[in-house]
Amino acid sequence: MSTSGPATRSPQRPSDHGREGGDLRFVESTVKRRQRLSTGALIGVVALVLLILLPSTTGAARFALSDAFDEVQLPTVQLPGVVTVAACAALLLGAAAGFLSGRMTGRLPALAGTVAGFSLVIGFLTWAAAGRDLPFPVSNQFSGTLSLATPLVFGALCGVLCERAGVVNVSIEGQFLASAFAAAVVGSVTKSIPAAMLAAVLAGVAMAALLALFSINYLVNQVVLGVVLNLLAVGVTGFLFDQLVQPASSQYNNAPVLMSLPIPLLSQIPFFGNVLFDQTILAYLAGVSVLVVWLVLFKTSWGLRVRSVGEHPEAADTVGISVRGVRWSAVLAGGVLAGLGGSFFTLASTGSFSKEFTVGNGFIALAALIMGRWHPGLAAIMALFFGFVTQMASQLQTLNTPMPSQFLLILPYVATIIAVAGLVGRVRAPAADGIPYEKS
Amino acid sequence: MTAGSPPTRDPAPTAPPSTEGLQLRAITKRFGSLVANDRIDLDIRPGEIHCLLGENGAGKSTLMNVLYGMLSPDEGEITIDGRSRISRSPKEAMAAGIGMVHQHFMLVEVFTVAENLILGREEATGGVLNMRRARRIVRELSDRYRLAVDPDSLIEDLPVGVQQRVEILKALANDAKYLIFDEPTAVLTPQEIDELMEVMRSLRDEGRAIVFITHKLREVAAIADKITVIRRGKVVGVARPTDTEAHLAELMVGRAVSLRVDKEPPRLSAQPRLSIEGVSVANNAGALVVEDFDLSVSGGEIVCVAGVQGNGQTELAEALLGLIPISRGTVTLDGRTVTKHTPRRKIADGLGFVPEDRKHDGFVGSFSVAENLVLNRYDQPPYAKGPALDLAAIRGNAEERVSEFDIRTQSVDDPLTSLSGGNQQKVVLARELSRSLSALVASQPTRGVDVGAIEFLHRRLVQERNRGTAVLIVSTELDEVEALADRIAVMYRGRLVGIVSPDTSREVLGLMMAGVPTEEALAAVSTGTTEQDASATAEPGCG
Repeated sequence: MSTSGPATRSPQRPSDHGREGGDLRFVESTVKRRQRLSTGALIGVVALVLLILLPSTTGAARFALSDAFDEVQLPTVQLPGVVTVAACAALLLGAAAGFLSGRMTGRLPALAGTVAGFSLVIGFLTWAAAGRDLPFPVSNQFSGTLSLATPLVFGALCGVLCERAGVVNVSIEGQFLASAFAAAVVGSVTKSIPAAMLAAVLAGVAMAALLALFSINYLVNQVVLGVVLNLLAVGVTGFLFDQLVQPASSQYNNAPVLMSLPIPLLSQIPFFGNVLFDQTILAYLAGVSVLVVWLVLFKTSWGLRVRSVGEHPEAADTVGISVRGVRWSAVLAGGVLAGLGGSFFTLASTGSFSKEFTVGNGFIALAALIMGRWHPGLAAIMALFFGFVTQMASQLQTLNTPMPSQFLLILPYVATIIAVAGLVGRVRAPAADGIPYEKS
Repeated sequence: MTAGSPPTRDPAPTAPPSTEGLQLRAITKRFGSLVANDRIDLDIRPGEIHCLLGENGAGKSTLMNVLYGMLSPDEGEITIDGRSRISRSPKEAMAAGIGMVHQHFMLVEVFTVAENLILGREEATGGVLNMRRARRIVRELSDRYRLAVDPDSLIEDLPVGVQQRVEILKALANDAKYLIFDEPTAVLTPQEIDELMEVMRSLRDEGRAIVFITHKLREVAAIADKITVIRRGKVVGVARPTDTEAHLAELMVGRAVSLRVDKEPPRLSAQPRLSIEGVSVANNAGALVVEDFDLSVSGGEIVCVAGVQGNGQTELAEALLGLIPISRGTVTLDGRTVTKHTPRRKIADGLGFVPEDRKHDGFVGSFSVAENLVLNRYDQPPYAKGPALDLAAIRGNAEERVSEFDIRTQSVDDPLTSLSGGNQQKVVLARELSRSLSALVASQPTRGVDVGAIEFLHRRLVQERNRGTAVLIVSTELDEVEALADRIAVMYRGRLVGIVSPDTSREVLGLMMAGVPTEEALAAVSTGTTEQDASATAEPGCG
């Protein structure tokens, strides 16, 4: 049978509650209208803020593409302060007007959202860097982004695996914390990075096993369970830290640190080499994991089963798939990734652990996963976005911008709201996400 | 019949004491104190279409779920081809040659046809799916059984009828010898039902055994080779396809029933009491699920909106009450425009509403019968005194309604979930009808309700019409539409196809429900075009 065969029967086709396709006509629904108007208003407010900042912009802003140690020195880009800020404000106003008018169709809203995002970043950076003694270090910005995003990517991928299988994982934070602690202690005792990473993975898997046991076998509310697991991780690591690690920190809190691993040749490429190919092994692993998770989810039979139990567990059951078994396997696999992400906090910084060390990164990974619509690639991009904004906030602090540092710390979250409003449309979770499967 | 007795009612004279076939012996399944299946015996033979007839809640689906390994029986024995085996999981049932076409399709909506078909029996090299082979399997099966489907379509994009084909193919992919169809016709147009029956016959002729679960007498008469009737968890008898519908109905319900509703000719009000003008409704995705809908209902008549499930009727009813916004058009009630009124105001305006999904929208299950009976008026006198509820008044009201509507409950303080579906629906209707209305909008008023309650609910709806209320009923059951309607409005893809009189033939209605304009449908049927031809013109290229 060819696709032109009689699979669909045009005149007899009952509508399917207005899904796209067929001859249904579309209008703007109230939900979409509200979303469009609020996006427009938000972008408009941002444009006004830039306009207010305009009078305080002085001189030119300099952006350094290379740092002092690079072999090939790239020029420092100089942008005229007032003109750039004004131009960015104008672009933002244009985008806001576009959203508010409601005349944009097709890909135009996505384009306007992207333009608004870039204008915001460039305009804001220009204002901050204009007239400063030091140039804004662009390559630092990007390599810092990658390194901050590494654990977020792992965490988000962990969430993708769990939630595609229908188990909501709010305890990524707890998994991070437990594995960061395990990496610190085991790394300190064995002085071996592979051993530390293995310990972290085991800790991540152990936390995942708790999540799986209570959510899949005992049908506990998954969000409440996740919160409890986070508190458990805080409590247990805090207790062990006080009782065991703190008194003998040279013995138990002194793990070896991951060195960056420049890839031969590739790391020599000006700008990009520095940014992309001079990272730690964990950052490379994160990149590979994105690809692997995507392949596994969408191209293998295990992936098909994972997605089926997350969408319609009963259907999976009726064709002989063990819903519990598949959910367990997905949650445990997620635990491996979360463990790797957690080890990053210890091994890629100072090699030591301190209480509540992961400071909410697990929750940001969760946000990246949702904004990335449960897709490994999109979730990784959202993780990078969070990394970017966080890195920018810390870079600006060193520039001595005339702005309270507290405000800079808010920046990542403000940017998030704008990104969510502008770039993410309808979010659709796996249909059975968070719903325990109970055989009657 | 006595338990465990040999299958005396069905001797197969030609067959040797062959072991072929599927026998259920004394199957018992309990849920708490409820005995859903009480020592049920059943013989299913290859090459036969065996109808399992029974009301909603009689225990048909429970029995089949036992057979399919979804439930395990508390007692009893199942023999398949001479070997005793009780499936503990669907996987075991499938291995034993049993396949099931579920009432609520077991299809993953965001998967393609091919993905759904191979789920659970994937072919993979090194874990990587072989989708090319999966597509080929779909094409082969679809050619072999002449059930056209495109392997790459997403299930959610397919019309219900085609989704059902995928569900059938799924069972056939497993080469199921025993095929269970659980209420397969509920979502189909009359023409699609005919097609399905053709498919079932050809599968039977191939030597498969078909178990057809239904509560629709007409279908049983059309297709059954053998009929077993189940009532309240017990086999109450076997019947022949030649038995009259009245006889079958009596077996099924346990007493003589009349599904005809006695109606006097309508006494219409001078002005329409409910009018819907150019109403369009958009869903969350912005698709117009109701478009330019015009209908006016006079006081004293029942207008039924007929159509296949999912053609915008649900949304139309919800929009009339104001649960979802109306994008365009106006709704007037006794001449006053109420388009933008909230549900609360609409209730005050004199609109009664019976929702389609009573469990979800019709009542609060954990609340008592008495509380549910005043859900729309609890804050008004006489049920409220200032901020406090007048419990005595609420109780008093409940006692009255319970006797007036013959609501079977131990006490008005029992939670509504403890009542049967029919009695729950009586509570909903009693609440809506216990005040004076301009118009009543009732969506699927008798869905999932036993025949006894259907009779009662229908009588009450007619009584309300006789009181001069404008009654608008949305129903996908043609039997109900024909029994109640003074006029039938057929809806297809959100639009009004036409308004016809209740004595219009099913063929015409079927064509209209498939979107054929009234004139053409009437012409197609009256010029002697056969049903097959008519449906063939409606779906070019079939076969």
